[in-house]
Amino acid sequence: MKKLLTGNEAVAQGAYEAGLIYAAAYPGTPSTEILENIAEYKKDIIAEWAPNEKVALESVIGASIAGARALAAMKMVGVNVAADPLFSFAYSGVNGGMILVSADDPGLHSSQNEQDNRHYAKFAKIAMVEPSDSQEAKDMVKAAFEISEKYGTPVLFRMTTRVCHSKSLVEIGERKEIDKKPYVKNVQKFDLVPAVSRKLRMELEVRLQELTDFSNETDLNYFEWNEKKVGIIASGVAYQYAQEVFGNTASYLKLGFTYPLPIKKIKQFAAEVETLYVIEELEPYIEEQLNAAGIACVGKAKIPKMGELSPEVIAKALLGKEKTLIEYDGSSVAHRPPVLCAGCPHRGFFYELGKKKNIMISGDIGCYGLGNAPPLNAKDTCICMGGAPSIGHGAQKVFNKADEKMRVVATVGDSTFFHTGMNSLVNIVYNRSNTITCILDNRITGMTGHQDHPGTGFTLQGMPTKALEIADVVKALGIDHIKTVNPLKLAEVQEALDWALALDEPSVIITRWPCVLKKQSVRDKSEFGEYLGTCKVDADACIGCKKCINTGCPALQFNDETKKVKINPVQCVGCEVCLQVCPVTAITRVGE
Amino acid sequence: MADVKNILLVGVGGQGTILVGKILSTGLMDAGYDVKMSEVHGMAQRGGSVSNQVRYGQKVHSPLMGRGEADILISFETMEALRWLEYLNPKGVAVINDYQIPSAPILMGKREYPQGVLEIIKSKVKTTVIKAGEIAESLGNAKSMNIVLFGALVKGMNLTNIDWEAAIRKNVKESTADVNIKAFKAGMEALAE
Repeated sequence: MKKLLTGNEAVAQGAYEAGLIYAAAYPGTPSTEILENIAEYKKDIIAEWAPNEKVALESVIGASIAGARALAAMKMVGVNVAADPLFSFAYSGVNGGMILVSADDPGLHSSQNEQDNRHYAKFAKIAMVEPSDSQEAKDMVKAAFEISEKYGTPVLFRMTTRVCHSKSLVEIGERKEIDKKPYVKNVQKFDLVPAVSRKLRMELEVRLQELTDFSNETDLNYFEWNEKKVGIIASGVAYQYAQEVFGNTASYLKLGFTYPLPIKKIKQFAAEVETLYVIEELEPYIEEQLNAAGIACVGKAKIPKMGELSPEVIAKALLGKEKTLIEYDGSSVAHRPPVLCAGCPHRGFFYELGKKKNIMISGDIGCYGLGNAPPLNAKDTCICMGGAPSIGHGAQKVFNKADEKMRVVATVGDSTFFHTGMNSLVNIVYNRSNTITCILDNRITGMTGHQDHPGTGFTLQGMPTKALEIADVVKALGIDHIKTVNPLKLAEVQEALDWALALDEPSVIITRWPCVLKKQSVRDKSEFGEYLGTCKVDADACIGCKKCINTGCPALQFNDETKKVKINPVQCVGCEVCLQVCPVTAITRVGE
Repeated sequence: MADVKNILLVGVGGQGTILVGKILSTGLMDAGYDVKMSEVHGMAQRGGSVSNQVRYGQKVHSPLMGRGEADILISFETMEALRWLEYLNPKGVAVINDYQIPSAPILMGKREYPQGVLEIIKSKVKTTVIKAGEIAESLGNAKSMNIVLFGALVKGMNLTNIDWEAAIRKNVKESTADVNIKAFKAGMEALAE
């Protein structure tokens, strides 16, 4: 039977069929749906959200050591967080087969950088596979587990946004149970003290040589002979684009196993074709290794190394071909940036925070990053996940030393706080800065589409669990000044910010209100109640001052002709933030 | 890949383009085509501009089409049609929902909703304008606006020989199946006019 699956769904299907026993991840676009789909197989597979990617990978390493087939999944920047255990576990090697899925994001659809994680395989000295569509994603999971167990290597399973989120046809199979391998205490393999690691270091090089031989032999790297005037080496979705552009006018060496590269096979291919193109997305990862091996090829001299590739980009770069386009003036089209939803609990908080003077707002990764846009303008920096409090701390220390009257307000989400924000907060306490940390607790991981986390009371597979109370955690970490507020009550937010700014010690403000899109749990309903009614503008009373428009709510529209504001009742949830900022009480609540 | 057809669905996050993409692609698959569909998740969900590309034929390689390649552009929102127009093949067909969703800069009064979008597009390509919102509302379910547009799409791509009613039933809640099928038929008729 065939099904139309995304690459992420196909990875889950492949892992299920391959006898996966344990999987862990931290959500991150474009990887999130891998674990969500694996989690459906409750009877056969343990699937968990970890607080961060390092913890996810470490848990998966533990599962492998215990003898199970195990898989971790994360977006590409998550691999940076998980790099510490990755590099060392490469020395140990696996017991049960182990896969690390890295979902890269060429084009930065929803990421803070455009790093090419293929380099991690070479850097950490582990095997790598790269699927180019959903069928391959499923098949390669199975192959990767076999490679992992045969050679002892963890396998980097490298995907990109277009492989993760494109749907294509996949042949569905049955699960094959794989007996868990026995756990045998083996300190010479798993206890990485220097004496052990020195020995494993040599074994690692031997393993890489074996993997190189495998790479030259495996069907994952295959020739497709057509005309030999042009030869193309490609991997991942770039292979599909190349096929689209060149079809059977070129020959191909399609690479599915991309570390170590099959240099022998590549030389054989290069000798047969007149011009050799290397078509790869992002960095010249393959090209550089070909250059080092003395194989002449054309790659990044013609093909961009920034942004996504596409058939269009490749056709233009290599063939100078461009389609005829409709010529028109599209300058009247207004931008349509993503915005905080109508009723988003972050809006009230940012509205008040944005009014404060002489502050630096250290932001973080999540929906609340959207507080940066006009009219809220409430963010100065955002570098990495969980970094807001520590980046804020360093800045605050320097402001204080330079005697600048600047205060730093760090904003971090609930899931982000559990990710690595906790460590950052410990630093603020330990090294004594008066940084203000605001934990925007919307009771869920919002941006990636509502995943549970250690504060929500549920596991990935829906089991009730202990819900960590952020206020308790913050207190235990050594913060003496803590306030919890309802971010929809502007006076409460303002008062809390003034209170924190007046303190010369570290403080934490927790804004506690669920994401407006969240499917509320029983506990949520009893704590927060349900949204009732909507807000409405009395047109006669409205003076057109646009104060409510400055909350940035997408349910509000200013009419240039009537100079009045109108609220879209379909979008409005009645959060009342606009109502509180109206100076003439023209906004009321209706329909409760 | 001359036999590959390209369909581009565009709109605003929350308008149901993804559901249409899903019904369309599963129907095409069941009819024996190779299908690839591409959509971008993440930031776009928060009221951003969204696009969904469906490509089908004997053998499809790339999940992405290039500019100038769409055989049909179905725009769920008026301004979005103009944003994505360069993706349409000059010989292709535009089907545009006469339905405006102002974006953040427009709501704030910083920009104006563009005037004359439909006239610009009509002057360039074969265009059908549909008031899918009104049609859906008259059938009793404003939310089936996306399925009205789906009906127009099926007609526009001459895909009427596929059993779409079954595909719709497979992909929507049972309670809304009948009204969605009515919406689908109304959409097909709207294009015929």
